[in-house]
Amino acid sequence: MSQNNKVPLLEIKNLHASIDDNKILKGVNLSIFEGEIHAIMGTNGSGKSTLSKVIAGHPSYEVTEGEILFQGENICELDPDLRSHLGLFLAFQYPVEIAGVDNQEFLQAIYNAKQVSMNLPKVNPLFFYELLREKLKMVKLDESFISRNVNEGFSGGEKKRNEILQFALLDSKLGILDETDSGLDIDALKSISETINTLMENKSKSVILITHYKRLLEYIRPDFIHVMQDGQIIKTGDASLANLLEEKGYDWLKPVMN
Amino acid sequence: MNETNATLQQLVNQPYKYGFSTDIETETLPPGLNENIIRNIIKKNNEPDYMFHFRTGALKKWRKMKSPGWAKLDFLEMDYQKIVYYSAPKTKKTLANLDEVDPEIRDTFDKLGISLNEQKRLSNVAVDAVFDSISIATTFKEELEKYGVIFCPISEAIKVYPHLIKQFLGTVVPSGDNFFAALNSAVFTDGSFCYIPKNLKCPLELSTYFRINNKEAGQFERTLIVAEEGSYVSYLEGCTAPQYDTNQLHAAIVELIALKNAEIKYSTVQNWYAGDKNGIGGIYNFVTKRGLCIGENSKISWTQVETGSAITWKYPSCVLIGNKSQGEFYSVALTTNMQQADTGTKMIHVGSNTKSQIISKGISGGFSKNSYRGLVKIGTKALNSRNFSQCDSLLFGADAQANTFPYIQVQNSTSKIEHEASTSKVGEEQLFYLLQRGINAEDAVTLILTGFCKVVFDELPIEFASEVEHLLRIKLEGSVG
Repeated sequence: MSQNNKVPLLEIKNLHASIDDNKILKGVNLSIFEGEIHAIMGTNGSGKSTLSKVIAGHPSYEVTEGEILFQGENICELDPDLRSHLGLFLAFQYPVEIAGVDNQEFLQAIYNAKQVSMNLPKVNPLFFYELLREKLKMVKLDESFISRNVNEGFSGGEKKRNEILQFALLDSKLGILDETDSGLDIDALKSISETINTLMENKSKSVILITHYKRLLEYIRPDFIHVMQDGQIIKTGDASLANLLEEKGYDWLKPVMN
Repeated sequence: MNETNATLQQLVNQPYKYGFSTDIETETLPPGLNENIIRNIIKKNNEPDYMFHFRTGALKKWRKMKSPGWAKLDFLEMDYQKIVYYSAPKTKKTLANLDEVDPEIRDTFDKLGISLNEQKRLSNVAVDAVFDSISIATTFKEELEKYGVIFCPISEAIKVYPHLIKQFLGTVVPSGDNFFAALNSAVFTDGSFCYIPKNLKCPLELSTYFRINNKEAGQFERTLIVAEEGSYVSYLEGCTAPQYDTNQLHAAIVELIALKNAEIKYSTVQNWYAGDKNGIGGIYNFVTKRGLCIGENSKISWTQVETGSAITWKYPSCVLIGNKSQGEFYSVALTTNMQQADTGTKMIHVGSNTKSQIISKGISGGFSKNSYRGLVKIGTKALNSRNFSQCDSLLFGADAQANTFPYIQVQNSTSKIEHEASTSKVGEEQLFYLLQRGINAEDAVTLILTGFCKVVFDELPIEFASEVEHLLRIKLEGSVG
């Protein structure tokens, strides 16, 4: 890797995690530097989604061994909201609905929570509206979208766009996009990929794409592809690895483990 | 999951903010209930003769009745001979103006955020302040009189407006209606009387604030609101009590009467002391509230936010007699710790083309029990009537209970009833989603709960909507109070 002297944005060392005493992660190692795009692929149940939740601090999972360093600081003991304030964003595979709370109110609340964490004043609704309009344009969402309740009755595509909108709004340093491509038609996939590429343009953010499909990686070209299997990363390669996986599947990697 | 639960449990175990008591000289009748006590109450209030018959008649009925056992509530029967039925602060003379209110009592209401001071009082709300058995002060009384609006303590109305009281008192909730209604009818001392003349939209919100202070006293207030043809009034009731380790009884009656084209909007924010986390102390709240839509095209709307009391037994109801009349019930009931609530409504459709709507939101945490109980009855002549009911329950923690008991009776074939119900848990995923976006646990819970209750909060008068969100925050989190 070319980033010799730099501290990685995210560094995961020998991470073990379990839920209800079931071991899911069994020694994950991963380093991500600023501006990089990493893809994590692997079969269902290999631990991809668990990894993303553990990084974000989901309370159901227990880290039993290892470390997660964000900009050199171990964040394993931090509550999820504090990890968010550091610049960590998780785009959910299934964004959650919140009845009775409209999207604008919600978006302003998360923006202001971030402001407060940086000792900056909360912004007023008018200022926020201007800011939001700009971001809406970027993710190609209609303005009427913000007066609807959070994720309630949103189409699959709208939910995913709403996640990317929040990633942009919070200006997070690292975005973990958990199956952002699932449930999208080809046009929506293309369009959301363009938005993500725009966000990555000045190389100040990093992204982890969790996906099953090579197609997403044709639109967003990763610097690295990792293959997860049984709670570990068993293979790392460049973008060309996707073709190999498409062709051969995952089975040929198994002997490597034994 | 344990961590989330721990956070939630921490949030709900906040101390009660209104638990202080006021040290003041009182005039108190000995405990117990008999004809002598009633004679004394009548003497204290200087009531005319007609009240003697009303009260003793009720007492006779009460003696033959039993405390209702059908509600999903679990408590020891009270000893009604140990309750004090009259307790009033000693006043030296009649008050010439509000600034002469006993400073101790004025301070009490100030602490509760209800200023009786001429300068500091709310500018668009008229307040009647009731302390234990009697009304202390009523603001904006004279100003309202100019419009023909009567807003005064019911003790005063009994003397000054006997024709109105005789005509309406006990017509909506008869003295023998139920055990607690009979008890109230025998011993009630104060509460508010409102009369809105024809075709007037009452220029102010009317409001009564009830405070129980005495440790042994029960509070038996009575409210009567009459809206003449084509009039409109919005009324709000608030209540708190000190923190005692014994239970106090609150058995109130509210009667509403809406004539042709009249509308009454009645809102309650109930925050009586709920007892401690082990269920010691707290108010027993047994209330009968009913509205009569007598006139054609009349409307009565109940909105309640119930957060207090150890026990709540309360079913604000509408009897829809006038054709095309409408009844509405919007409710949020929040129970935590060992609280028990059995609350809901009755919508009795008598006239044709009548409409009713029920929106009930129950939130239960701790070891509390929260039940919705509602009756929708559509009579033989109530042709083309409609009801829509929606009952949603939200649980947090594994030990809380939510129940829904809908009773539906339809006696004609042209009416339509819809009932929707749901029960859900404050989801770990929902909380995690908000936390991941940088919102802290307390704000996240508040956001989820206020979102859940939004349709009900939207019905509250705007002056009180923000107060209620504030109240929920106090009940649910540590950042305030």
